[in-house]
Amino acid sequence: MSQHDHDAHSHGSVSSYVVGFVLSVILTVIPFWAVMTSAFDRATLFAIIVVTAVVQIVVHLKYFLHLNFTKEGKIDTLSFIFTAIVIVMVVALSIWIIYESVLMMMY
Amino acid sequence: MNLLGKLSWDAIPHDPIVLVTLAVVAVGGAALFVFMTLAKKWGWLWREWLTSVDHKRLGIMYIILALVMLVRGFADAIMMRTQLAVATNGSEGYLPPHHYDQIFTAHGVIMIIFMAMPFMIGLMNIIVPLQIGARDVAFPFLNNLSFWLAVSGALLVNISLGLGEFAMTGWVAYPPLSGLEFSPGTGVDYYIWALQISGIGTTLTGVNFLITVLKMRTPGMKLMDMPIFTWTCTWANVLIVASFPILTAALAMLTLDRYLDFHFFTNDLGGNSMMYINLFWAWGHPEVYILVLPAFGMFSEIVSTFSGKRLFGHKSMIYASGVISLLGFIVWLHHFFTMGSSANVNAFFGIMTMIIAIPTGVKLFNWLFTMYKGRIRMEVPMYWVIGFMITFSIGGMTGVLLAIPGADYVLHNSLFLIAHFHNTIIGGAVFGYLAGFAFWFPKAMGFHLDPKLGKVSFWCWFIGFFLAFMPLYVLGFMGMTRRLNHTDNPDWNVWLYIAAVGAFVIAIGIGAFVLQLILGFKNKDKNLDKTGDPWNGHTLEWSLASPPQFYNFAKLPQVEDLDAFTDMKEKGTAYQRHASYEPIHMPSNTNAGPIMGLLATAMGFALIWHIWWLAGASFIGLIVAFICRAYASNTDYYVQPDEVARIENAHLDNVAKG
Repeated sequence: MSQHDHDAHSHGSVSSYVVGFVLSVILTVIPFWAVMTSAFDRATLFAIIVVTAVVQIVVHLKYFLHLNFTKEGKIDTLSFIFTAIVIVMVVALSIWIIYESVLMMMY
Repeated sequence: MNLLGKLSWDAIPHDPIVLVTLAVVAVGGAALFVFMTLAKKWGWLWREWLTSVDHKRLGIMYIILALVMLVRGFADAIMMRTQLAVATNGSEGYLPPHHYDQIFTAHGVIMIIFMAMPFMIGLMNIIVPLQIGARDVAFPFLNNLSFWLAVSGALLVNISLGLGEFAMTGWVAYPPLSGLEFSPGTGVDYYIWALQISGIGTTLTGVNFLITVLKMRTPGMKLMDMPIFTWTCTWANVLIVASFPILTAALAMLTLDRYLDFHFFTNDLGGNSMMYINLFWAWGHPEVYILVLPAFGMFSEIVSTFSGKRLFGHKSMIYASGVISLLGFIVWLHHFFTMGSSANVNAFFGIMTMIIAIPTGVKLFNWLFTMYKGRIRMEVPMYWVIGFMITFSIGGMTGVLLAIPGADYVLHNSLFLIAHFHNTIIGGAVFGYLAGFAFWFPKAMGFHLDPKLGKVSFWCWFIGFFLAFMPLYVLGFMGMTRRLNHTDNPDWNVWLYIAAVGAFVIAIGIGAFVLQLILGFKNKDKNLDKTGDPWNGHTLEWSLASPPQFYNFAKLPQVEDLDAFTDMKEKGTAYQRHASYEPIHMPSNTNAGPIMGLLATAMGFALIWHIWWLAGASFIGLIVAFICRAYASNTDYYVQPDEVARIENAHLDNVAKG
């Protein structure tokens, strides 16, 4: 039977939540500012938004969802990665399949 | 508003074949009812079995469900083969097309979802917790609920025989044929709800067994030390968790199309039926690996045990299964090469498909090397293993052939394909389950079956299989497509006759199997397995009594080797008497599972017939029953040390007597 009394997962401290929050704010402000200044061309703009968004996902996972590679946290992280891989595989391959078949019907 | 929805007297079919079947079922059911009542067995059945959370009993009930559905699905098969043998040269045969269409759909659905899956899950239920030295699964109530959801789906399929119709779409139910426009009857709705309800049960099973192997292994057993059958089941569970939600979602969208006028898969208003085909197979292909991987595990255990050797390449077996799982998840397009995606897409999926032959080949060589220089005992399970190796190799080779998109364009939807997948599913999965059944039967039930009848059953299945399906390869090359109701080509006739004969030979094999069970129960006391280790087994399940003590392990075993029980026997630490025992914490039986299963059946039935009040009421009932269960307080108890000592000493006395 699993042990209920001893929950090994850390639920974070005030400082870790603050760090996470500040990082998230910074990573939100950067793309917002990039769009507002209109100083960048379209491709650069997209790159900035995508990169900051991906980094922010990692920040959320680490500071808010407490995913890590310690002995206790590993299983959560692995199941998260597993889910992500499955979704990427099914969704990406499905899009590819349907996109190409629609193209074929155009000829 | 009509209180009975679409249900009326017209729902009862007038086909004489169906009426005779219903009469037989009614008489049989009544006889069973009278017998149970006279023997005053209902209370016992409810308390000891139907409400049980014991993984071993649930496993046995799963296998009973599988065997009942095997007979039902096989009856469909033999009707199709006889129809095709008589309906030649333009004659119409005895099955009208609409009835025939329902039969091949039901045959596919039943054999995959309600025969193979329960058989596999049943064996997994009985054996996996024993192999990892656990006392039950992680969530015993959930396990019971999963079983009842599977039964619920099976009930709906069988109800469709007597009320309304079953789908006429083939087991894949592709829209737009399965949409409301072309299938306005209740058939597709039966299909949807039977698969939806049982599919949710399967997902829960996958979650349950994954947590079980992750959290409940006995001290000393690392993940890589788990026995190979447990490992292959674990890979199958990973696939269940990853792929069954896709089926759930695809069916939910089809439901919305049919019930609420959505247009996910329709031809007009932006729908795209190709997406259904894509999603169906994104589940459907992993599904066949879910079926066959545990069978590979069973063959591994059997080969190792009956060769008297450790399994060759335990680690490579685990990795090969993992690679098969991963690749099995990215090959689904090979089911619809001809849908017409681009050459790049077809090439990618074709190559991925062919690559699967490599880890599978690794497995085959591992089994051969395990047998090499082994002291092989030709018991019944070993017959199945060798029959499997030959049959499955042929199925694998025709699979690689079909994986070439160019060849597939010629062979798609021909009988060549039908021959191929029966070759792998019967020769791989079903032979595996029957091997596992013969291997673990004494463990689960506590007595032996007659090996002579077991061998008769094997030879009939084996020869019958080749007679029934090799002609289909030939017919496929001759251009005969699948799902034909009658034919008019003299060249095909002889092959159709041979295939029908093959089906009857398999029928003899099933008859021998049933006879073996009947005689086994009759002569039970003469063939008891008192030691608990009839085959000189390698893994922990053989260290227990047959059938195992209800708490499995009096003390959790300390594992120091891959073949844990062999190691204990060699070191002389097996069968130890302990001076004292600790109290054992066990889950109590619960009636929440069967009640929820019954409510799910009622809900499915109501949705099929548009009886909205009943659907709403049973759905609310389901939620209430679940909440009640969630807040129940007396869900567990302790087995006291003196009772444990009494049971353990009785077993050890039996072992000492031999």
